Amino acid sequence: MEGIAQTQAAERPGGMEGFVADWSSDQRVFKNVSWGKAMMWIFLLSDTFVFGCFLLAYMTVRMSTTVAWPNPSEVFALEIFGTHMPLILIAIMTFVLITSSGTMAMAVNFGYRRDRRRTALMLVVTAIFGALFVGMQAFEWTKLIHEGVRPWGNPWGAEQFGSAFFMITGFHGTHVTIGVIFLLIVARKVWRGDYDTGRPGFFTSRGGRYEIVEITGLYWHFVDLVWVFIFALFYLW
Amino acid sequence: MSTTSDRLDGIPAAEVADVELYHPRSWITKYVFSQDAKIIGIQYALTATAIGLVALALSWLMRLQLGFPGVFDFITPAEYYQFITMHGMIMVVYLLTALFLGGFGNYLIPLMIGARDMVFPYVNMLSYWIYLVAVLVLAASFFAPGGPTGAGWTLYPPQAILSGTPGGQDWGILLMLLSLMLFIIGFTMGGLNYVVTVLQARARGMTLMRMPLTVWGIFTATVMALLAFPALFVSCVMMMLDRLLGTSFFMPALVEMGQRLNHDGGSPLLFQHLFWFFGHPEVYIVALPAFGIVSDLISTHARRNIFGYRQMVWAIVIIGALSFVVWAHHMYVSGMNPYFGFFFATTTLVIAVPTAIKVYNWLLTLWRGDIHLTVPMLFALAFIVTFVNGGLTGLFLGNVVVDVPLSDTMFVVAHFHMVMGVAPIFVIFGAIYHWYPKITGRMLNEAMGRIHFWVSFLGAYLIFFPMHYIGLLGVPRRYHEIGETAFVPASAHTLNAFISVMALIVGAAQILFLFNLAWSIRRGRPAGGNPWNATSLEWQTPETPPPHGNWGRDLPVVYRWAYDYSVPGAARDFIPQNQPPARAAE
Repeated sequence: MEGIAQTQAAERPGGMEGFVADWSSDQRVFKNVSWGKAMMWIFLLSDTFVFGCFLLAYMTVRMSTTVAWPNPSEVFALEIFGTHMPLILIAIMTFVLITSSGTMAMAVNFGYRRDRRRTALMLVVTAIFGALFVGMQAFEWTKLIHEGVRPWGNPWGAEQFGSAFFMITGFHGTHVTIGVIFLLIVARKVWRGDYDTGRPGFFTSRGGRYEIVEITGLYWHFVDLVWVFIFALFYLW
Repeated sequence: MSTTSDRLDGIPAAEVADVELYHPRSWITKYVFSQDAKIIGIQYALTATAIGLVALALSWLMRLQLGFPGVFDFITPAEYYQFITMHGMIMVVYLLTALFLGGFGNYLIPLMIGARDMVFPYVNMLSYWIYLVAVLVLAASFFAPGGPTGAGWTLYPPQAILSGTPGGQDWGILLMLLSLMLFIIGFTMGGLNYVVTVLQARARGMTLMRMPLTVWGIFTATVMALLAFPALFVSCVMMMLDRLLGTSFFMPALVEMGQRLNHDGGSPLLFQHLFWFFGHPEVYIVALPAFGIVSDLISTHARRNIFGYRQMVWAIVIIGALSFVVWAHHMYVSGMNPYFGFFFATTTLVIAVPTAIKVYNWLLTLWRGDIHLTVPMLFALAFIVTFVNGGLTGLFLGNVVVDVPLSDTMFVVAHFHMVMGVAPIFVIFGAIYHWYPKITGRMLNEAMGRIHFWVSFLGAYLIFFPMHYIGLLGVPRRYHEIGETAFVPASAHTLNAFISVMALIVGAAQILFLFNLAWSIRRGRPAGGNPWNATSLEWQTPETPPPHGNWGRDLPVVYRWAYDYSVPGAARDFIPQNQPPARAAE
């Protein structure tokens, strides 16, 4: 099957001509793109609209409210060894999440080399970084809740600050958590060699392939990218 | 696996190995938890019809109240609001969207593009079951304390979650929001399937520009739905937080019954923008599959190729794209910058251009065609007339200065019932009469079909034409009882009673249709594989109804577009898509 795909690829013209040739061809529009990967890309496009709506809604209420918006640099500051450091926790969280994208990319690479052990290891490392991120987010939530921030109000200003904060970071954190669970499931399957033996899945009764590592990776990178926008629009603005 | 090296008559070799099918082992996995797109499509269609009947019954109750105010005093104002809300939401989302995309999409896409199944049958199965849960949650709100929500189908805050609205401070609104969120999750699972199947799993020789317009319509509508439903999902989440946690996304500072509420600084307009960013594409999510299906019905039953196929495809795509930039024409009375009103009025009128192209092309397809007035054709013709009628009043309402006085009158109700209620429903009926023989192997009863058609078609006009008029008189929508006012003449009340009687009669005709569906399964005339002599692939399956896997041992190979009707020199007046060129003259 892969052999067939490659002969096709060799005949394809490049650039705009290739684009037109692909879209006017039969069977497949995206040559060499599997069904699973195509589905993940389209899902991510849809999910982009979800996060886009969340962020636009946040910006709208931030503009429409008549009360002053709390200063995020002050709200998200920590005292570490007597030093007042604005946004330090968020900086660490961002660093951890971006690092996890790196280990995810390594997992995909090892997966294509059919390096079972290293793929599984890198997937687990990615999952640990992800869990660390969610853990730090839980710490951040706890701290803010202790300081009196609630979805319906806070001591410093517009109540939409707390509403938007808990909703958007909560929704993103849910995405990360789902990602961690998927990473661990895929890591287990890789470790056990399911993708080498074609062992059928528990629910779907269908065998998986190493490509699932890459598809999980697409999701994971997307979740990281969304965080960059949340970081820029919620914390830095 | 099909052969890899043969290049039959210039058709490229297979790029993908034939799929490995999941074979059901028991009755349960075959007919209940089925992963076969055809069964899933039928499940979607039956569920949508069942909940649609509830919405039909609600419309009867509403019409009884409107036609004969004071007579049916068991219908309180609160219940009236609940009826209109549930009627609207069920019809738009749970019936039309689910039936076109989940029902026809699932059944027709794999068959029409020559695939064995959807690309992710397991996810497809989950899609249906989540949809079913969404429907059950919605239905449960009828039995919840306080009853279903009465906020109107647009669910505008702040009123949607205040105590004055039925269900606002009870379970009603929560169950509605939960149900919508489930629907969107379930739909996304199915929608990803439809899109990837069309893009990546077509038969050999099936290029995008050879696909029947039905597939184009459903495909474009699905892409739109995947981009529009997120806005509804997000607004559901935020309204739920407003209602449950007391946040103020949509809730400004309010005084209710002398009490200052614990909300401050939210933006009700934000909800309207999010809702209509979903809501307007939703109109075309319903309309585009109807456009596609009706094109195929007209072409097949007029024995003529569709006129301007490429224009038709591009019109579908352009309408889909434009429908994302017209949403605020639903909000002219909400208050916005006049330049925005100008922008949205312009885009709204521009969208009439590709739509008009489609209408002209349908007419030119009929022009000098060999028109067979079969029941599907009657419904297709009724669609064109009804859609043009409803579309023209849309041009009235798209203009700011005309819309402002007409806003929230019965004129608006008449407009959208014509254009996105009656017209798509006619297509659904036509499509069922057209494809029922493929689904069951038997024809629907013709006599019952014709009675159903004429009562529904004439009845729909007798209902909605007078409604335009009473709307122009200024009769407002969503009023439990108009009462005696200076500007509403007594004749409007008479007309209202007339409309209500007609609504009951048209509703009763639908019972006849359902009876026909059940009766014909066993007693209908056997149809054979291709009763309409149609060209598209679904009529060329080796067996009827198509079995699991659709095509038997070999996948079909496609040599031509779907509209080779009455080709000069051909032996028959149609050439199936999978017939090789050398044999076309046979």
